[in-house]
Amino acid sequence: MALSGLAIYKMLPQTNCKECGFPTCLAFSMKLAARQVELSACPHVSEETKTQLDSASAPPIRLISLGKDGHKLEVGNETVIFRHEKTFYHQPGLIYRLADSLDDQEFTHRLDQVADYGVERVGMDLRPDGVAVQDSSGSADTFAARVGQVAGKGLAIILMSSDPATMEAGLKAAQGKEPLIYAADSGNWQPMADLAKKYGAPLAVLGAGGDLEALAALAEQVAGYGVENLVLDPGARGWSDSLGALTRMRRAAIKKNFRPLGYPVITFPGEGSEDPREEAMLASQFIDRYASLIVMDDFEPAALYSLLTLRQNIYTDPQKPIQVTPGLYEIGDPKGDSPLLVTTNFSLTYFSVAGEVEGSGRPAWLLVADSEGMSVLTAWAAGKFDAERIAKAVKAAEVPDKISHKSIVIPGFVASISGDLEEELAGWQILVGPREAIGIPSYLRQLAKG
Amino acid sequence: MSVAMPNVNETWTGKILEVTLGAGPDKGGTRGKTVTVGGETTLPFLHFEGEIPNKPVVAVEVRDRAPDDWSELLVKAWGDSLKDPAAWAAKAEGLGAEIIALSLDSAHPERGNTGAKEARETVRQVLKATSLPLIIYGPGQPDKDNEVLVAAAEEAAGERVALGNCEEKNYRTVVAAALANNQVVIAKTPIDVNLAKQLNVLIGDMRLDRDRILIDPTTGALGYGLEYTYSVMERVRLAALTGDSALQQPLIVTAGYEAWRAKEARTNDGVPTQWGDWAKRAVLWEANTAVTLLETGADILVLRHPETIPLVKRAIAGLMTRAGA
Ligand code: SF4
Repeated sequence: MALSGLAIYKMLPQTNCKECGFPTCLAFSMKLAARQVELSACPHVSEETKTQLDSASAPPIRLISLGKDGHKLEVGNETVIFRHEKTFYHQPGLIYRLADSLDDQEFTHRLDQVADYGVERVGMDLRPDGVAVQDSSGSADTFAARVGQVAGKGLAIILMSSDPATMEAGLKAAQGKEPLIYAADSGNWQPMADLAKKYGAPLAVLGAGGDLEALAALAEQVAGYGVENLVLDPGARGWSDSLGALTRMRRAAIKKNFRPLGYPVITFPGEGSEDPREEAMLASQFIDRYASLIVMDDFEPAALYSLLTLRQNIYTDPQKPIQVTPGLYEIGDPKGDSPLLVTTNFSLTYFSVAGEVEGSGRPAWLLVADSEGMSVLTAWAAGKFDAERIAKAVKAAEVPDKISHKSIVIPGFVASISGDLEEELAGWQILVGPREAIGIPSYLRQLAKG
Repeated sequence: MSVAMPNVNETWTGKILEVTLGAGPDKGGTRGKTVTVGGETTLPFLHFEGEIPNKPVVAVEVRDRAPDDWSELLVKAWGDSLKDPAAWAAKAEGLGAEIIALSLDSAHPERGNTGAKEARETVRQVLKATSLPLIIYGPGQPDKDNEVLVAAAEEAAGERVALGNCEEKNYRTVVAAALANNQVVIAKTPIDVNLAKQLNVLIGDMRLDRDRILIDPTTGALGYGLEYTYSVMERVRLAALTGDSALQQPLIVTAGYEAWRAKEARTNDGVPTQWGDWAKRAVLWEANTAVTLLETGADILVLRHPETIPLVKRAIAGLMTRAGA
């Protein structure tokens, strides 16, 4: 439950001593309520108040980071059950698991696959986030050597071993990269928690078979022992068991403010599926439904690309779709007589259209109308991409000053607005282009033929 | 140590209606198999909280005319059956389809401009070729939709087929055809909760039974607006479960149509190597679009590629397995 600034103010000393860097206790309270400062900035709060405020002001799902500095992966800190209520904030990390028992060549090859993968989509650079090294060799030395190899790559790291001695070897080899320790279970939690303290690393707590009460009890025990940067694995695997467990955890944390389950969740789609394709599909469920770390076993670019795309979709702020600035764009150095196309300012639409025009090798002008970030069809249905808006965009971008002809190509999906647009743009010729961006190159070719 | 887990179950007051497609000889049709979807009393697959009496089902798209703009991958996968809707439907049934979604595409003025007569003939042949229930789509052009959907509804009288699309501009005709011939309609609106509700109310005013409507919220493919559909479907389902009777029908989504419009599925020309193997990518594009739609409440998924069918059915089977814990 978030407290109001005023409620917090009542618990502060109200001396306005300014040591927190704010002129008054009230100003500080307001910032605290907005979660823009930490309570620790005020040296004068009583222990009692601190406990009260800490639990009230802490986010319902704790923010956990793996790695450091430039390569930090932050997960958790979610505040809603449904993305339409606000947004999902920290997209889940996509991690690839490598067994330390792989031979040198294979391990290096797989590690490089992950480290070297990067792809651009809608102007954003998308890549997997890290590697989980699994202790399969049973040898602390082998494990440490593999971890050392990964540590040089600028990736988030998860260390997977149930043996505390092997884990410590791995932690040493991770060179202060703050890897996630996986995992503390009911048998080994104490030595694992000691390691988490000693190396300042976050710790995964592993439950059994989706028993959330047992998981909560273990998490509370570990937190009470002094390790609070936790990640939870409910131990559920597969489709419906995972969905049930993750949903209940998310609801308990957010709706009931139930602290023992208020941590990011780690999942293993490969353990609940029969083959790589099912693994990729199950990973989709985890992106849709509440996972913060997704550990994959099969590295397949085609699957990874679809998961990166899905993650980008689901974690887009529904209130702020990715947009481009409306205006007139030059694609490939157009001249006054080059064709003029119009589209919406939904960035995906823009990038698809611009990409195809560019790929066609034919310079063109691309007019981007302000559709409030909606795609062509959606915008048209919502009245945000009609003749009036397009005519307005033509004027706003001072198109007639730059272009010597008077014809404009509209997307095929809105062919029905041609008539209205002819009225709005007197003397213009309205051409109906293809429905899909993919049809643009052949359309431009035909247009040039006349 | 024991920690009491708070009770996080919601008490929903609403329930999704059960809609049946297909009618056997006992109900005035000829279908060997019928399909019932809906009936949920909770959000998708939350078995701990409510009942999910019917699993979501897979419909497979069949056209009355070999598509000339389909991806090479689809053309190869379906082969010669693309030229004959009856053969295509039979093949789809063999591959695991649970509904045949027949599209009377040749009626489109630019794709053949066939009329009522041809539509009847196609429907007759497809009904003969498959034991499955049918969805029948018009070509998506208002005048022709009216012409061939009415003919198809008559031809399939008593078979309890779903007629689509029933949109704001043509709902009167489509609903009347459904009323006259005991069919179901697919009420389609563009990604908007209120529009979906309004259309549903208009259809209700014409006295079509509430369990003869499916809601198509308009699908966005993975990478192309999927998140809009995701949120609209969640909102529709939440409204339904909290008692909004105008949104309580099962949801139908066109995952195949939308995913195969995406460049990622459709082509391998000039795409970055990071996109990976084309065939794998394309099928996963459709399957992963379907998974997200399942998670948000899809009851019927219309698919395209033969390989996607078993993948999506496997996901459904996994999601329908009641939790062991
Ligand atoms: S440091 Fe504490 S007591 Fe001093 S002004 Fe800030 S909030 Fe008030």
